[in-house]
Amino acid sequence: MNLTIALARLLIFPGLLFAVPAAWFFLWLERKAVALMQQRIGPPFMQPFFDFVKLLGKTTPARTGVSGLLMKAWPLLAVSAAASAVGLLPVLPASGGFQGDLILLLALMELPSVCIIAAGFSSRSIFGEIGSAREAVLTVSYNVVFLLAVVSIAVSQHTFRLEALAQLPASPLRWLGVLAILVCLPAKLHINPFSLPNAEQEIYSGPMIEYAGPELAMWELSHGLEWVAAAGLVATLAAPHFAAGWIDAPLFVALSFGIVLLLSVLAAATARLAIDTTARFYWRCALMFTGLAIVSTLLMRLRA
Amino acid sequence: MCSCRRRSPWIFHMNSGSCNGCDIELVASLTPRYDAEQLGVRLEGSPRHADILCITGPVTRNSVHAIETVYGQVCSPKAVVAIGSCPATTNVFIDSRVLDGPLDRHIPVDVFVPGCPPRPDAILQGIAKAAEILAERGSRRLANQEKQQ
Repeated sequence: MNLTIALARLLIFPGLLFAVPAAWFFLWLERKAVALMQQRIGPPFMQPFFDFVKLLGKTTPARTGVSGLLMKAWPLLAVSAAASAVGLLPVLPASGGFQGDLILLLALMELPSVCIIAAGFSSRSIFGEIGSAREAVLTVSYNVVFLLAVVSIAVSQHTFRLEALAQLPASPLRWLGVLAILVCLPAKLHINPFSLPNAEQEIYSGPMIEYAGPELAMWELSHGLEWVAAAGLVATLAAPHFAAGWIDAPLFVALSFGIVLLLSVLAAATARLAIDTTARFYWRCALMFTGLAIVSTLLMRLRA
Repeated sequence: MCSCRRRSPWIFHMNSGSCNGCDIELVASLTPRYDAEQLGVRLEGSPRHADILCITGPVTRNSVHAIETVYGQVCSPKAVVAIGSCPATTNVFIDSRVLDGPLDRHIPVDVFVPGCPPRPDAILQGIAKAAEILAERGSRRLANQEKQQ
């Protein structure tokens, strides 16, 4: 993959130029789905765009010293990481990629969470610190399941290259992995029932509490891009890839759409869980999925 | 930009010693029956995120400092909606020694929504009006900045 193609993927498709409208669309879809579940009409189609532009036009409170610089840097880092993660997704057939890009994708998808934790601590607000601590506990809990699932899929198919992984036929272990990733997505995207790091009422939005104006707009955008990246990763792993290239892209979009709808409905139907319940839930999930994976591997060995 | 400001008013709710009647009506205006989200309204947890400050209650002495602090924390352009008769006139608590109201003695108020408590549709109308004021104020602020430059 040479530099031009890499830049085009990062900036045009499926990178920034495509991913930003997609992020707004997914944010709208999430809010609309929750509204429909609650028998409301919900926000208009352009709402995330209005919010973004409005936030860009607001002033930010004056901050002095290193902490002010850091506060500006974290949301930018989160947006760039999430956008690069979207850029790595193999949406187009024969889009290239390189050996090990799955590992890079995982790292980039993890970066926004790390930025949120750091942002909460650098805001020096007590609510921000509580939110960051919760986010850290949440990250440690769900990542055990998430990373194990992705790594086991990759190892079972003998490749860490996304495109090769997408084109291989699915095995039972892979479906198990996709299921495990789906279980982790609500925590990764901070939506109900795992929205406790950014709980609006109890800790005043947690790590985001001191953010205003353009910086908050960047956080909203990075959240949307995380939606695109996460839904895209599941769609990549779950979509059966055909030899004819043109059918891949619509199928990819339809699957992402379905995943967003599914997660929004889950968010609307559940309430926020406490931190200890969440941690216990994910450790139990890890145990359960490990057990299932071992059993399925043993069964496949026996059959072979 | 003006249209975006008008269509995305995020509100922060603050109680300055209210009897909770107006608070309940404000929450009711966000529920499925009245669905404030159609107007782009979002109830925010932090005053830093908000555009419109919704204040209920007759402003007790203890809450004056908090109101001034929170008003300072909302980033401009901002607007203030006083919900109920209490922040407008201190209502039945007038001449009470624990009060330091009405609200407009402490911060500039843009929209008063009278009523004890006001109906949710009246609150929504007040918020929509405040959003229009917000859009105008934003454009005027930009024009002033250009003039200064």
